[in-house]
Amino acid sequence: MYTQAMDTMRDEGGDKPALRTAEEAQLQQRFDNRIDAGDFIEAKDWMPENYRKTLLRQISQHAHSEIVGMLPEGNWITRAPTLKRKAILLAKVQDEGGHGLYLYAAAETLGSSRDQMLDALHTGKAKYSSIFNYPTLTWADVGAIGWLVDGAAIMNQVPICRCSFAPYARAMVRICREESFHQRQGFDSLLVMMKQGTDAQRAMVQEAVNRWWWPCLMMFGPPDDQSPNSAQGMRWGIKRVSNDTLRQKFVDAAVQQAEVLGVTFPDPDLRWNEANQHWDYGTIDWSEFWRVVGGDGPCNRERLADRVKAWEDGEWVREAALAHARKSELKEAA
Amino acid sequence: MISSIKIPAAPELTYLLRLADTCLILGQRLGEWCGHAPILEEDIALSNMALDLIGQSRALLTLAGQHSGKCGGEGYDEDQLAFLRDEIDYRNVTLAELPRGDFAFTVLRNLMLSTWLKLMWERLRDSSDAELAAIAGKALKEARYHQQHAADWAVRLGDGTDESRRRSEAALATLWLYTPELFEDDAVDAAATAAGLGPAWSQLHEPWLAEMDEVLGEAKLAVPPAPTFRSTGKRGLHSEHMGYLLAEMQYLQRAYPGGAW
Amino acid sequence: MWEVFVRTKAGLDHKHCGSLHAADPKMAVQMARDVYTRRQEGSSVWVVRSDQIVASDPNDKDMYFDPAEDKVYRHPTFYKLPDSVDHM
Ligand SMILES: [Fe+2]
Ligand SMILES: [Fe+2]
Repeated sequence: MYTQAMDTMRDEGGDKPALRTAEEAQLQQRFDNRIDAGDFIEAKDWMPENYRKTLLRQISQHAHSEIVGMLPEGNWITRAPTLKRKAILLAKVQDEGGHGLYLYAAAETLGSSRDQMLDALHTGKAKYSSIFNYPTLTWADVGAIGWLVDGAAIMNQVPICRCSFAPYARAMVRICREESFHQRQGFDSLLVMMKQGTDAQRAMVQEAVNRWWWPCLMMFGPPDDQSPNSAQGMRWGIKRVSNDTLRQKFVDAAVQQAEVLGVTFPDPDLRWNEANQHWDYGTIDWSEFWRVVGGDGPCNRERLADRVKAWEDGEWVREAALAHARKSELKEAA
Repeated sequence: MISSIKIPAAPELTYLLRLADTCLILGQRLGEWCGHAPILEEDIALSNMALDLIGQSRALLTLAGQHSGKCGGEGYDEDQLAFLRDEIDYRNVTLAELPRGDFAFTVLRNLMLSTWLKLMWERLRDSSDAELAAIAGKALKEARYHQQHAADWAVRLGDGTDESRRRSEAALATLWLYTPELFEDDAVDAAATAAGLGPAWSQLHEPWLAEMDEVLGEAKLAVPPAPTFRSTGKRGLHSEHMGYLLAEMQYLQRAYPGGAW
Repeated sequence: MWEVFVRTKAGLDHKHCGSLHAADPKMAVQMARDVYTRRQEGSSVWVVRSDQIVASDPNDKDMYFDPAEDKVYRHPTFYKLPDSVDHM
């Protein structure tokens, strides 16, 4: 997902060093009690080092996902087919930039600067959601991303609004409010093409859905039995619902929506399970997921190169702004 | 492939299209920054500006499409006008279509055009066309903000580092060549003034120069000499960049005839 | 003069709730507590020197905020979907 951090990070040995002062143990106890009581933790509160590190990693990764996520769709802003769709897409991609911004700000409260986080992204040390390493090849990809990718993201993000770390939770509340039009505009765009469009457009929509379906299912992260850090995340209230539960919820909703749209999903094993009242789906190719996470997705190199270029091209601008601010300050002081 | 629509040669329609297309094409260029700006905050700011401009062009194109129906042509909607004209029927000033360049180029072009648009909207509030006057009233608020944003950046860049100053000077020198087009009258302006539709463009020159003088002075950038070069986008004769811009912008409408979006 | 921001409950934002006079930061925080949280209104307070706040100019109100009016496509209600999927 946008927040695959819990699943793709290495285990760093936990937060229980053998020796610990009495005072620390007491702080830890108080922290645990607060977490168990469902209290929020603020940036200035004491927190175990591993909690801080895990959150920093997850929030910054989430932020990176938002800004890298601007690229595949941004790719179509200049080609949007009507002025209305151009405005909608621009506003949507702009929103994602805002989400990145709120999240960097939340992560900064944990003691890392935006520049440091961006540096980690640009040097390939930090990850972002695997989904944005897939290409947008047709206009229908824009609608499919809104419907399926934002749909999956919303499903994952709503529970984080109750995350134990309050600055993250607050950012997520704002983000979820803004997200509310993203999925709808995507679905609406596809619906118009399917219901009022031409055969060529319908074929374009179906082809896009075919390409995005499986990567979207991967967004929820590895199956629960292969998600070693999930338990800790749940305990901390960083993660609220398990990967498989969210994935199932997403599939169930998407199948019904696909029917309204008149498209199918590329999964011969997709069928209603009367016993558990859910839609069964086929086996996900996790080797593809790990390949994309590991850097060998179709667009990993392009995405990173685009971000690095924007950052490097902008360096003189940022320097100029600072230089001017210094000059103005001196002038005021004089 | 859908063939192009025909635009009647009526001066009032041309007057509207010059303004509508300048907003449209500048909005198109600014949209290119989304995801690629020097700081995240600026991605958002430039997108806002692009959205305002696209909104303005939509209102103006809708109005122009109605005018087209009234002056002997067919009536058109905003998208037919935006996506299905031949290049020669786009009437934006050439300045708007130049590639986005570096950030200094974008900022200084925004400064020039937002100042020009602000002055234009101020006057169009008194248009004999009530619809146009209403569009102007709304757009004026947006243009004022665009101008302020661009002017603040122009000062930061002009009075920032050596590099930002050098880049600003280079951008200014190129952009300035395209500014005479913003202030030269022709038969279109004569007809528009006669009908009370809007000002002759030449009327904007003095106040524009005064405002540019002020900002460039604060940015410690010298106002370039008056150019002898003349661009002609508003008469439909564009730079070579325009064809590529339109190929990209029009591609879906052209490739999916009869499509619904 | 100091501006006072109070967080009423853990997890919520600090909200501006008023101002007060104080000679130094420490005094300002204490006064904020005494003035603005007497009825269990707070779980945290911030104070900021009033002259440190940069505010938008009231004269700029139109150009700052009116342009958002016609961007109707930013709202979910702009998209009319069939009833069966309308909860999305
Ligand atoms: Fe987002
Ligand atoms: Fe989104």
